[in-house]
Amino acid sequence: MKDNILIIHSRDNVAVALRRLDVGELAIAKGIDGFPALEEIPASHKIALRDISGGEEIIKYGEIVAVSTRDIKKGEWVHTHNLESKQWKK
Amino acid sequence: MSEINGYERKNGKFGIRNHVLVLPTVSCVNGVINRISREVPEAACVTHAHGCGRGGLRDLEILFRILSGLVHHPNVGGVVLIGLGCEVSNTKRLLPLIKETGKPIKVLNVQEDGGSLETAKKGVAATRRILSEISSQPRVALPWDKLLIAMECGGSDATSGLTANVTMGAVSNWLVEKGATVIFGENTEMIGTAHVLARRAKNVEVAKQIEQMIERAEKLAQDVMGNLASWVISPGNMDGGMSTIAEKSMGCIFKGGTTTINQVVDYGEAPSEHGLILQDGPGYDGDSMAGLAASGSQLMFFSTGRGTPAGFPLLPVIKVASNTRIYEVMKDDMDINAGSLVEGQPLNRLRTEMIDLMIRVINGEKTKAEVNGLDVFTFMTVHPPF
Repeated sequence: MKDNILIIHSRDNVAVALRRLDVGELAIAKGIDGFPALEEIPASHKIALRDISGGEEIIKYGEIVAVSTRDIKKGEWVHTHNLESKQWKK
Repeated sequence: MSEINGYERKNGKFGIRNHVLVLPTVSCVNGVINRISREVPEAACVTHAHGCGRGGLRDLEILFRILSGLVHHPNVGGVVLIGLGCEVSNTKRLLPLIKETGKPIKVLNVQEDGGSLETAKKGVAATRRILSEISSQPRVALPWDKLLIAMECGGSDATSGLTANVTMGAVSNWLVEKGATVIFGENTEMIGTAHVLARRAKNVEVAKQIEQMIERAEKLAQDVMGNLASWVISPGNMDGGMSTIAEKSMGCIFKGGTTTINQVVDYGEAPSEHGLILQDGPGYDGDSMAGLAASGSQLMFFSTGRGTPAGFPLLPVIKVASNTRIYEVMKDDMDINAGSLVEGQPLNRLRTEMIDLMIRVINGEKTKAEVNGLDVFTFMTVHPPF
Protein backbone atom coordinates (compact mmCIF):
# COMPACT_ATOMS: atom_id res chain seq x y z
CA MET A 1 0.00 0.00 0.00
CA LYS A 2 1.21 3.49 -0.84
CA ASP A 3 2.01 5.94 2.00
CA ASN A 4 -0.74 8.52 2.47
CA ILE A 5 0.77 10.34 5.45
CA LEU A 6 4.29 11.71 6.01
CA ILE A 7 6.09 11.57 9.37
CA ILE A 8 8.80 14.23 9.12
CA HIS A 9 10.75 13.49 12.33
CA SER A 10 10.87 10.52 14.68
CA ARG A 11 9.91 12.74 17.66
CA ASP A 12 6.75 14.02 15.96
CA ASN A 13 3.31 13.28 17.45
CA VAL A 14 1.53 14.44 14.30
CA ALA A 15 1.93 13.43 10.65
CA VAL A 16 0.96 15.24 7.45
CA ALA A 17 -1.70 13.86 5.12
CA LEU A 18 -0.26 13.57 1.60
CA ARG A 19 -3.81 13.60 0.24
CA ARG A 20 -7.31 13.92 1.73
CA LEU A 21 -8.13 11.04 4.09
CA ASP A 22 -11.77 9.96 4.52
CA VAL A 23 -13.34 8.98 7.84
CA GLY A 24 -12.27 5.44 8.72
CA GLU A 25 -9.58 5.29 6.04
CA LEU A 26 -6.28 3.75 7.16
CA ALA A 27 -3.41 6.22 7.56
CA ILE A 28 -0.29 4.55 6.19
CA ALA A 29 3.42 5.36 6.50
CA LYS A 30 6.62 3.35 6.54
CA GLY A 31 7.58 2.05 9.99
CA ILE A 32 4.17 2.32 11.67
CA ASP A 33 1.01 0.21 11.85
CA GLY A 34 -1.84 1.66 9.82
CA PHE A 35 -4.51 3.39 11.93
CA PRO A 36 -7.90 4.80 10.97
CA ALA A 37 -8.56 8.52 10.48
CA LEU A 38 -11.31 9.37 12.99
CA GLU A 39 -12.48 12.28 10.88
CA GLU A 40 -11.82 13.67 7.43
CA ILE A 41 -8.23 15.00 7.16
CA PRO A 42 -7.72 17.60 4.39
CA ALA A 43 -4.59 17.23 2.23
CA SER A 44 -1.45 18.72 3.88
CA HIS A 45 -3.20 18.89 7.25
CA LYS A 46 -2.08 17.13 10.42
CA ILE A 47 -3.32 13.87 11.90
CA ALA A 48 -2.52 12.79 15.49
CA LEU A 49 -0.07 9.85 15.56
CA ARG A 50 -0.99 9.01 19.16
CA ASP A 51 -3.33 10.21 21.90
CA ILE A 52 -2.36 13.76 22.92
CA SER A 53 -3.64 15.21 26.18
CA GLY A 54 -4.87 18.77 26.66
CA GLY A 55 -1.96 21.17 27.20
CA GLU A 56 0.56 18.82 25.59
CA GLU A 57 3.06 20.11 23.04
CA ILE A 58 2.45 19.39 19.36
CA ILE A 59 5.74 18.23 17.80
CA LYS A 60 6.43 18.51 14.04
CA TYR A 61 9.87 18.74 12.36
CA GLY A 62 11.08 17.37 15.71
CA GLU A 63 10.31 20.76 17.29
CA ILE A 64 7.42 22.29 19.26
CA VAL A 65 5.01 24.03 16.89
CA ALA A 66 1.91 24.42 19.14
CA VAL A 67 0.15 23.32 22.34
CA SER A 68 -3.09 21.34 22.37
CA THR A 69 -6.14 22.94 23.96
CA ARG A 70 -7.96 19.66 24.65
CA ASP A 71 -7.46 15.90 24.53
CA ILE A 72 -6.87 14.71 20.99
CA LYS A 73 -7.30 11.05 20.02
CA LYS A 74 -4.94 9.18 17.71
CA GLY A 75 -6.38 9.61 14.20
CA GLU A 76 -8.06 12.96 14.87
CA TRP A 77 -7.50 16.06 12.75
CA VAL A 78 -5.09 18.50 14.48
CA HIS A 79 -5.58 22.14 13.56
CA THR A 80 -6.61 25.54 14.95
CA HIS A 81 -9.75 24.10 16.62
CA ASN A 82 -7.76 21.97 19.08
CA LEU A 83 -4.40 23.70 19.48
CA GLU A 84 -3.00 27.14 20.12
CA SER A 85 0.23 28.95 19.43
CA LYS A 86 2.93 28.63 22.08
CA GLN A 87 3.99 32.18 21.26
CA TRP A 88 0.67 33.81 21.93
CA LYS A 89 -2.37 32.38 23.67
CA LYS A 90 -5.67 32.93 21.92
CA MET B 1 35.34 25.26 -19.77
CA SER B 2 34.53 26.25 -16.21
CA GLU B 3 31.42 25.02 -14.43
CA ILE B 4 29.90 28.49 -14.09
CA ASN B 5 30.63 31.86 -15.63
CA GLY B 6 29.61 35.48 -15.25
CA TYR B 7 30.57 39.11 -15.69
CA GLU B 8 33.49 40.37 -13.64
CA ARG B 9 32.94 43.83 -12.13
CA LYS B 10 35.67 46.38 -11.42
CA ASN B 11 35.14 46.00 -7.65
CA GLY B 12 35.92 42.27 -7.81
CA LYS B 13 32.28 41.13 -7.71
CA PHE B 14 30.69 38.93 -10.39
CA GLY B 15 27.30 39.27 -12.04
CA ILE B 16 25.38 36.50 -13.79
CA ARG B 17 23.41 39.00 -15.89
CA ASN B 18 24.55 42.22 -17.56
CA HIS B 19 21.58 44.55 -17.15
CA VAL B 20 21.28 48.26 -17.78
CA LEU B 21 19.25 49.45 -14.81
CA VAL B 22 16.92 52.42 -15.41
CA LEU B 23 15.96 53.56 -11.93
CA PRO B 24 13.87 56.47 -10.60
CA THR B 25 14.91 58.11 -7.35
CA VAL B 26 11.26 58.85 -6.56
CA SER B 27 7.84 57.63 -7.66
CA CYS B 28 6.98 61.06 -9.18
CA VAL B 29 9.13 60.21 -12.22
CA ASN B 30 7.87 56.64 -12.77
CA GLY B 31 6.18 57.84 -15.96
CA VAL B 32 9.56 58.78 -17.41
CA ILE B 33 10.85 55.29 -16.68
CA ASN B 34 7.77 53.80 -18.40
CA ARG B 35 8.44 55.90 -21.52
CA ILE B 36 12.05 54.67 -21.61
CA SER B 37 10.83 51.11 -21.08
CA ARG B 38 8.53 51.30 -24.12
CA GLU B 39 11.41 52.55 -26.30
CA VAL B 40 14.12 50.25 -24.90
CA PRO B 41 12.37 47.11 -23.61
CA GLU B 42 15.67 45.22 -23.23
CA ALA B 43 16.74 47.56 -20.39
CA ALA B 44 15.84 46.70 -16.77
CA CYS B 45 13.39 49.56 -16.18
CA VAL B 46 12.24 49.56 -12.58
CA THR B 47 9.57 51.70 -10.92
CA HIS B 48 8.69 52.02 -7.24
CA ALA B 49 6.44 53.89 -4.82
CA HIS B 50 9.12 55.53 -2.67
CA GLY B 51 11.72 58.30 -2.54
CA CYS B 52 9.99 61.05 -0.57
CA GLY B 53 7.43 61.86 2.08
CA ARG B 54 9.02 59.82 4.84
CA GLY B 55 11.36 61.48 7.31
CA GLY B 56 12.08 58.82 9.94
CA LEU B 57 15.76 57.88 10.17
CA ARG B 58 15.06 54.17 9.72
CA ASP B 59 13.02 54.79 6.56
CA LEU B 60 15.76 57.04 5.15
CA GLU B 61 18.42 54.44 5.92
CA ILE B 62 16.39 51.77 4.10
CA LEU B 63 15.55 54.04 1.15
CA PHE B 64 19.19 54.92 0.45
CA ARG B 65 20.44 51.39 1.11
CA ILE B 66 17.95 49.81 -1.30
CA LEU B 67 18.38 52.35 -4.12
CA SER B 68 22.19 52.31 -3.88
CA GLY B 69 22.09 48.52 -3.44
CA LEU B 70 20.39 48.14 -6.83
CA VAL B 71 22.91 50.46 -8.48
CA HIS B 72 25.79 48.45 -6.96
CA HIS B 73 24.12 45.13 -7.81
CA PRO B 74 26.59 42.77 -9.54
CA ASN B 75 24.02 41.81 -12.20
CA VAL B 76 23.95 45.49 -13.28
CA GLY B 77 26.51 46.58 -15.88
CA GLY B 78 25.37 50.19 -16.28
CA VAL B 79 22.80 52.60 -14.85
CA VAL B 80 20.51 55.40 -15.97
CA LEU B 81 19.32 57.22 -12.86
CA ILE B 82 16.29 59.46 -13.26
CA GLY B 83 15.65 61.99 -10.51
CA LEU B 84 13.08 64.73 -10.05
CA GLY B 85 15.07 67.34 -8.08
CA CYS B 86 13.19 68.23 -4.90
CA GLU B 87 12.78 64.70 -3.49
CA VAL B 88 14.39 63.33 -0.32
CA SER B 89 16.47 60.74 -2.18
CA ASN B 90 17.51 63.19 -4.91
CA THR B 91 20.51 62.39 -7.06
CA LYS B 92 22.78 64.81 -5.16
CA ARG B 93 22.23 62.82 -1.97
CA LEU B 94 22.36 59.47 -3.74
CA LEU B 95 25.49 60.10 -5.83
CA PRO B 96 28.03 59.99 -2.98
CA LEU B 97 26.77 56.45 -2.21
CA ILE B 98 27.22 55.22 -5.79
CA LYS B 99 30.47 56.94 -6.78
CA GLU B 100 32.72 53.90 -6.83
CA THR B 101 30.80 51.34 -8.83
CA GLY B 102 33.14 51.40 -11.83
CA LYS B 103 30.02 51.21 -14.05
CA PRO B 104 28.83 53.71 -16.65
CA ILE B 105 26.14 55.82 -14.95
CA LYS B 106 24.03 58.56 -16.53
CA VAL B 107 22.19 60.89 -14.17
CA LEU B 108 19.22 63.01 -15.31
CA ASN B 109 16.82 65.22 -13.37
CA VAL B 110 13.38 66.13 -14.69
CA GLN B 111 13.44 69.59 -13.04
CA GLU B 112 16.78 70.41 -14.73
CA ASP B 113 16.73 68.41 -17.94
CA GLY B 114 13.72 69.95 -19.65
CA GLY B 115 10.71 68.22 -18.08
CA SER B 116 9.48 64.66 -18.40
CA LEU B 117 9.37 64.29 -22.20
CA GLU B 118 12.81 65.77 -22.75
CA THR B 119 14.27 63.74 -19.86
CA ALA B 120 12.72 60.56 -21.28
CA LYS B 121 14.28 61.36 -24.69
CA LYS B 122 17.71 61.87 -23.11
CA GLY B 123 17.15 58.76 -20.98
CA VAL B 124 16.40 56.64 -24.06
CA ALA B 125 19.58 57.83 -25.75
CA ALA B 126 21.68 57.19 -22.63
CA THR B 127 20.15 53.72 -22.10
CA ARG B 128 20.89 52.73 -25.72
CA ARG B 129 24.44 54.05 -25.47
CA ILE B 130 25.19 52.18 -22.23
CA LEU B 131 23.55 48.98 -23.56
CA SER B 132 25.85 49.03 -26.54
CA GLU B 133 28.85 49.97 -24.38
CA ILE B 134 28.49 46.95 -22.08
CA SER B 135 27.22 44.45 -24.66
CA SER B 136 30.73 43.36 -25.65
CA GLN B 137 31.73 42.39 -22.10
CA PRO B 138 32.56 38.67 -22.19
CA ARG B 139 31.55 36.05 -19.64
CA VAL B 140 34.49 34.68 -17.67
CA ALA B 141 34.97 31.86 -15.16
CA LEU B 142 33.03 32.57 -11.97
CA PRO B 143 34.49 31.29 -8.70
CA TRP B 144 31.85 29.68 -6.43
CA ASP B 145 32.92 31.82 -3.48
CA LYS B 146 31.79 34.91 -5.43
CA LEU B 147 28.18 33.70 -5.47
CA LEU B 148 25.47 34.91 -3.10
CA ILE B 149 22.28 32.88 -3.49
CA ALA B 150 19.02 33.94 -1.82
CA MET B 151 16.40 31.50 -0.52
CA GLU B 152 12.86 32.83 -0.37
CA CYS B 153 9.39 31.38 0.12
CA GLY B 154 6.01 32.92 -0.43
CA GLY B 155 2.41 31.89 -0.89
CA SER B 156 3.36 28.97 1.33
CA ASP B 157 1.28 25.96 2.20
CA ALA B 158 2.16 22.93 4.29
CA THR B 159 3.82 21.30 1.29
CA SER B 160 6.30 24.24 1.04
CA GLY B 161 7.90 23.08 4.26
CA LEU B 162 7.71 19.41 3.25
CA THR B 163 9.06 19.33 -0.28
CA ALA B 164 10.39 22.57 -1.79
CA ASN B 165 12.05 24.02 1.31
CA VAL B 166 13.53 20.68 2.32
CA THR B 167 15.14 20.33 -1.13
CA MET B 168 16.22 24.00 -1.19
CA GLY B 169 17.82 23.34 2.22
CA ALA B 170 19.76 20.47 0.65
CA VAL B 171 20.86 22.82 -2.17
CA SER B 172 21.84 25.45 0.45
CA ASN B 173 24.05 22.90 2.22
CA TRP B 174 25.61 21.92 -1.13
CA LEU B 175 26.32 25.59 -1.99
CA VAL B 176 27.92 26.31 1.39
CA GLU B 177 30.09 23.21 0.92
CA LYS B 178 31.16 24.66 -2.49
CA GLY B 179 32.26 27.90 -0.81
CA ALA B 180 29.27 30.00 -1.90
CA THR B 181 27.20 32.19 0.39
CA VAL B 182 23.51 31.58 1.06
CA ILE B 183 21.17 34.18 2.54
CA PHE B 184 17.59 34.09 3.72
CA GLY B 185 15.42 36.58 5.59
CA GLU B 186 11.73 36.80 6.57
CA ASN B 187 12.14 37.35 10.31
CA THR B 188 8.37 37.06 10.87
CA GLU B 189 8.63 33.51 9.65
CA MET B 190 11.40 32.72 12.12
CA ILE B 191 9.10 33.42 15.09
CA GLY B 192 8.99 30.36 17.31
CA THR B 193 12.31 29.00 16.01
CA ALA B 194 14.82 31.16 17.93
CA HIS B 195 16.05 28.15 19.93
CA VAL B 196 16.54 26.11 16.74
CA LEU B 197 18.44 28.83 14.83
CA ALA B 198 20.47 30.21 17.76
CA ARG B 199 22.03 26.84 18.53
CA ARG B 200 23.41 26.80 14.97
CA ALA B 201 25.07 30.24 15.31
CA LYS B 202 28.85 30.40 14.80
CA ASN B 203 29.36 32.12 18.17
CA VAL B 204 27.54 33.60 21.17
CA GLU B 205 27.36 37.02 19.56
CA VAL B 206 25.59 35.76 16.43
CA ALA B 207 23.28 33.61 18.59
CA LYS B 208 22.32 36.72 20.55
CA GLN B 209 21.67 38.67 17.33
CA ILE B 210 19.40 35.87 16.11
CA GLU B 211 17.44 35.84 19.37
CA GLN B 212 17.10 39.63 19.40
CA MET B 213 16.02 39.75 15.76
CA ILE B 214 13.27 37.19 16.33
CA GLU B 215 12.23 38.84 19.60
CA ARG B 216 11.81 42.18 17.77
CA ALA B 217 9.77 40.51 15.02
CA GLU B 218 7.56 38.86 17.65
CA LYS B 219 7.08 42.09 19.60
CA LEU B 220 6.24 43.99 16.41
CA ALA B 221 3.60 41.41 15.49
CA GLN B 222 2.09 41.69 18.97
CA ASP B 223 2.19 45.50 19.03
CA VAL B 224 0.55 45.76 15.63
CA MET B 225 -1.88 42.85 15.78
CA GLY B 226 -2.60 42.44 19.50
CA ASN B 227 -4.60 39.31 20.26
CA LEU B 228 -4.50 38.34 16.60
CA ALA B 229 -0.69 38.10 16.61
CA SER B 230 -0.73 34.31 16.55
CA TRP B 231 -2.39 34.57 13.16
CA VAL B 232 0.41 36.44 11.37
CA ILE B 233 0.06 33.69 8.86
CA SER B 234 -2.39 34.36 6.09
CA PRO B 235 -5.78 32.59 5.79
CA GLY B 236 -4.42 30.77 2.74
CA ASN B 237 -1.64 29.32 4.88
CA MET B 238 -4.17 27.99 7.37
CA ASP B 239 -6.37 26.49 4.68
CA GLY B 240 -3.19 24.73 3.59
CA GLY B 241 -2.89 23.01 6.97
CA MET B 242 -0.51 25.21 8.94
CA SER B 243 -1.98 26.00 12.33
CA THR B 244 0.57 28.33 13.95
CA ILE B 245 3.39 30.68 13.00
CA ALA B 246 5.89 28.31 14.66
CA GLU B 247 4.72 25.49 12.41
CA LYS B 248 4.98 27.69 9.35
CA SER B 249 8.36 28.94 10.60
CA MET B 250 9.86 25.46 10.92
CA GLY B 251 8.96 24.75 7.31
CA CYS B 252 10.30 28.17 6.35
CA ILE B 253 13.74 27.96 7.95
CA PHE B 254 14.32 24.53 6.41
CA LYS B 255 15.14 26.27 3.11
CA GLY B 256 18.43 27.65 4.48
CA GLY B 257 19.75 24.20 5.17
CA THR B 258 21.43 23.11 8.36
CA THR B 259 24.92 24.64 8.28
CA THR B 260 26.41 27.09 10.78
CA ILE B 261 24.90 30.59 10.72
CA ASN B 262 27.89 32.91 10.27
CA GLN B 263 26.29 36.36 10.26
CA VAL B 264 23.08 38.31 10.74
CA VAL B 265 22.82 41.30 8.38
CA ASP B 266 20.35 44.17 8.41
CA TYR B 267 17.66 44.58 5.74
CA GLY B 268 19.36 45.18 2.36
CA GLU B 269 22.86 45.01 3.85
CA ALA B 270 25.62 43.09 2.05
CA PRO B 271 27.16 40.24 4.06
CA SER B 272 30.91 40.32 4.81
CA GLU B 273 31.03 36.63 5.79
CA HIS B 274 30.64 33.47 3.71
CA GLY B 275 28.49 30.42 4.39
CA LEU B 276 24.96 30.82 5.70
CA ILE B 277 23.69 34.34 6.46
CA LEU B 278 20.40 35.51 7.97
CA GLN B 279 18.82 38.81 6.96
CA ASP B 280 16.73 40.85 9.40
CA GLY B 281 13.98 41.52 6.87
CA PRO B 282 10.19 41.16 6.70
CA GLY B 283 8.17 38.16 5.57
CA TYR B 284 6.22 39.94 2.85
CA ASP B 285 7.56 38.56 -0.45
CA GLY B 286 8.06 41.81 -2.35
CA ASP B 287 9.80 43.61 0.50
CA SER B 288 11.87 40.55 1.31
CA MET B 289 13.04 40.07 -2.29
CA ALA B 290 14.22 43.70 -2.50
CA GLY B 291 16.22 43.35 0.73
CA LEU B 292 17.87 40.14 -0.47
CA ALA B 293 18.59 41.68 -3.89
CA ALA B 294 20.06 44.89 -2.42
CA SER B 295 22.40 42.66 -0.40
CA GLY B 296 23.89 41.63 -3.74
CA SER B 297 22.45 38.17 -4.26
CA GLN B 298 22.81 37.25 -7.93
CA LEU B 299 20.14 34.52 -8.00
CA MET B 300 17.14 33.51 -5.93
CA PHE B 301 15.31 30.26 -5.29
CA PHE B 302 11.65 30.93 -4.43
CA SER B 303 9.38 28.15 -3.21
CA THR B 304 5.63 28.42 -3.38
CA GLY B 305 2.78 26.07 -2.54
CA ARG B 306 -0.25 28.28 -3.14
CA GLY B 307 1.51 29.70 -6.22
CA THR B 308 2.97 33.18 -6.74
CA PRO B 309 4.41 34.22 -10.11
CA ALA B 310 6.50 37.12 -8.69
CA GLY B 311 10.04 37.65 -9.95
CA PHE B 312 12.57 40.44 -9.43
CA PRO B 313 13.86 42.89 -12.07
CA LEU B 314 17.62 42.30 -11.74
CA LEU B 315 18.05 38.69 -10.78
CA PRO B 316 16.80 35.37 -12.05
CA VAL B 317 14.24 33.87 -9.66
CA ILE B 318 13.87 30.08 -9.85
CA LYS B 319 10.31 29.19 -8.92
CA VAL B 320 10.03 25.90 -7.03
CA ALA B 321 6.48 24.51 -6.91
CA SER B 322 6.01 22.55 -3.71
CA ASN B 323 3.17 20.39 -5.03
CA THR B 324 2.37 18.87 -8.40
CA ARG B 325 -1.09 20.44 -8.53
CA ILE B 326 0.20 24.03 -8.50
CA TYR B 327 3.06 23.06 -10.84
CA GLU B 328 0.45 21.89 -13.37
CA VAL B 329 -1.95 24.81 -12.80
CA MET B 330 0.82 27.44 -13.08
CA LYS B 331 3.10 25.62 -15.52
CA ASP B 332 4.23 28.82 -17.25
CA ASP B 333 5.37 30.28 -13.91
CA MET B 334 7.09 27.30 -12.29
CA ASP B 335 10.66 26.23 -13.08
CA ILE B 336 10.77 23.03 -11.08
CA ASN B 337 8.34 20.66 -9.34
CA ALA B 338 9.34 19.65 -5.81
CA GLY B 339 5.95 17.95 -5.45
CA SER B 340 7.59 14.97 -7.13
CA LEU B 341 9.12 14.23 -3.72
CA VAL B 342 5.83 12.96 -2.25
CA GLU B 343 5.28 10.89 -5.39
CA GLY B 344 8.42 8.89 -4.75
CA GLN B 345 11.21 10.95 -6.37
CA PRO B 346 14.29 10.62 -4.10
CA LEU B 347 15.51 13.85 -2.45
CA ASN B 348 19.02 13.41 -3.87
CA ARG B 349 17.77 13.23 -7.43
CA LEU B 350 15.56 16.31 -7.01
CA ARG B 351 18.49 18.18 -5.42
CA THR B 352 20.70 17.30 -8.41
CA GLU B 353 17.95 18.44 -10.79
CA MET B 354 17.78 21.77 -8.92
CA ILE B 355 21.57 22.24 -8.92
CA ASP B 356 21.75 21.48 -12.67
CA LEU B 357 19.00 24.02 -13.35
CA MET B 358 20.76 26.60 -11.15
CA ILE B 359 24.03 26.14 -13.08
CA ARG B 360 22.22 26.59 -16.40
CA VAL B 361 20.49 29.73 -15.08
CA ILE B 362 23.77 31.15 -13.76
CA ASN B 363 25.26 30.57 -17.22
CA GLY B 364 22.45 32.48 -18.93
CA GLU B 365 19.34 30.29 -19.29
CA LYS B 366 16.27 32.39 -18.46
CA THR B 367 13.87 31.45 -15.67
CA LYS B 368 10.11 31.51 -16.28
CA ALA B 369 9.79 34.79 -14.33
CA GLU B 370 12.51 36.33 -16.53
CA VAL B 371 10.89 35.14 -19.74
CA ASN B 372 7.48 36.40 -18.61
CA GLY B 373 8.81 39.69 -17.23
CA LEU B 374 6.99 39.24 -13.93
CA ASP B 375 9.08 41.74 -12.02
CA VAL B 376 8.02 43.02 -8.64
CA PHE B 377 9.91 45.84 -6.91
CA THR B 378 8.73 47.25 -3.62
CA PHE B 379 10.50 47.67 -0.30
CA MET B 380 9.98 47.95 3.41
CA THR B 381 8.99 51.14 5.20
CA VAL B 382 8.37 51.42 8.94
CA HIS B 383 6.60 54.75 9.35
CA PRO B 384 3.52 56.22 7.65
CA PRO B 385 4.14 58.99 5.10
CA PHE B 386 3.84 62.63 6.14
